[in-house]
Amino acid sequence: MMSDLLNVQGLTLATPDKVLVEDLSFSIMTGERFGVIGESGSGKSLTSLAITGLLAPSIRPTGRVTLAGEEIIGAPEKRLVRMRGDAVATVFQEPLTALDPLMPLGRQIAGPVRRRLKRTGQDAGRAAVAREVQALLEQVRLPEPERLIRSYPHEVSGGQRQRVAIAMALACQPRLLIADEPTTALDVTTQAEIVRLITSLVEELGIALLFISHDLAVVGQVAERVMVMRDGRMIETGPAQQVLTRPADSYTRSLVAAARRFDEALEGQP
Amino acid sequence: MTLMSVENVGFAYGKGRRVLEDISFTVPRGSNVGLVGESGSGKSTLLRLMLGLDSPQQGRILFDGAPLEARDRRYMQGYRKRVQAVFQDPYSSLNPAHRIGRIVTEPLRSLKVPGDHRKMAEEAIASVGLSADTLDRFPHQFSGGQRQRIAIARAIVARPELVLADEAVSALDLSTRVRVVDLFEEISERMTMIFVSHDIGVVAALCDQMVVLDRGRIVEAGATKEILRNPQHAYTKSLLASIPRMPEGSVTL
Repeated sequence: MMSDLLNVQGLTLATPDKVLVEDLSFSIMTGERFGVIGESGSGKSLTSLAITGLLAPSIRPTGRVTLAGEEIIGAPEKRLVRMRGDAVATVFQEPLTALDPLMPLGRQIAGPVRRRLKRTGQDAGRAAVAREVQALLEQVRLPEPERLIRSYPHEVSGGQRQRVAIAMALACQPRLLIADEPTTALDVTTQAEIVRLITSLVEELGIALLFISHDLAVVGQVAERVMVMRDGRMIETGPAQQVLTRPADSYTRSLVAAARRFDEALEGQP
Repeated sequence: MTLMSVENVGFAYGKGRRVLEDISFTVPRGSNVGLVGESGSGKSTLLRLMLGLDSPQQGRILFDGAPLEARDRRYMQGYRKRVQAVFQDPYSSLNPAHRIGRIVTEPLRSLKVPGDHRKMAEEAIASVGLSADTLDRFPHQFSGGQRQRIAIARAIVARPELVLADEAVSALDLSTRVRVVDLFEEISERMTMIFVSHDIGVVAALCDQMVVLDRGRIVEAGATKEILRNPQHAYTKSLLASIPRMPEGSVTL
């Protein structure tokens, strides 16, 4: 238990008239890549919002969510703001809506960089921030950083926007990176690049990853351990290889069978 | 026998850059052809031209041996009887204020198809696996997968020869998607289909022929199995290599 970076125990999320997530328990260790598989309405994104303390006020969380030793549920907003960044940062599906359309990309990345430098009592002057922004752009393998810094979100491709969103998340130096359907809006060739980038960054930095997706094959590439959710409940959990080849639950079996039907068609066997 | 043939088609919006360049391929009667490409490949524009919503500036499209006259109203009325479409989003393609019966029989009315429309709608709705009482209900009473079945019923009710499907399963959850693909497979035995999709797995499961588009040009076309096994063009190779694959190992389901 001591080595768990994230520990979720009996998490239930409910509105006054509906239970959205029920009695969910799982944990993620430092440096682990954990995948959540679920179809629409499974509660997978709500779970990630509960971990970051970003639930809508109408949704009441009960249970325990411990992140880096601190309890999230019931924590005051001030402490949550510090933890979002210090402990956890999120990359969402659509980078176009996650980025400010009216602000050059360089300044958007500089924001979280400056806040972290101040928080940790380091030099947060202009030159220091610019150096960090430059280093982050290189880290997410963005070409022509000088041009990119001055560009607006609509001026770059979807893949480049998602790299910028990843750079902003990393700017916080979080210990847990949450990626919620980060490649769903992207073309397949761009998706492959972003998946490779996320996996290698998480490994380089030694941080944990919570990767949420409806796409079994993508989760299988990224995650070491997975959890399958349906209608707000955990259906199955285990090593990715095991769940995606020898699923125990009948719902997981039907998902894996469906994914494998399209996967096998790609072999082009007569 | 060729049902549709696209010959050296070129297209640009206004005075902009050419979005389609020298596109040629044929759709044999009874076949399933997949048009595959990423965003910006021109696949949606090509679909618009095949539906007669726009006319190519270069080349031509032949349907059943005669040119598709997109600007000829009389021609288009006949064309729509023979060619129908299913779109990506079943939430925006069904009028929320109309009962399903009225939605499904719409092509019969606008195309002035003679006969008992209610009976034809019942047949169409049964062939997509929904019960007859579906016709008396409204779109909001159905899930995404059921709505897409309704959209398919509307597309096949006038017994077209060709159905064009534009990302018709892309918005559906995996469990639903596999069932709607089964339905398309079943329907395609009775008619010719063109599937426009970025999802190569779905095209691979459904289409015997495949056309790969990149930035407005055809980079590769032919038998789906051949292309999957032995892609020739560098773009096709990188596209196929990018598709995330399920982990290997002995599978027990």
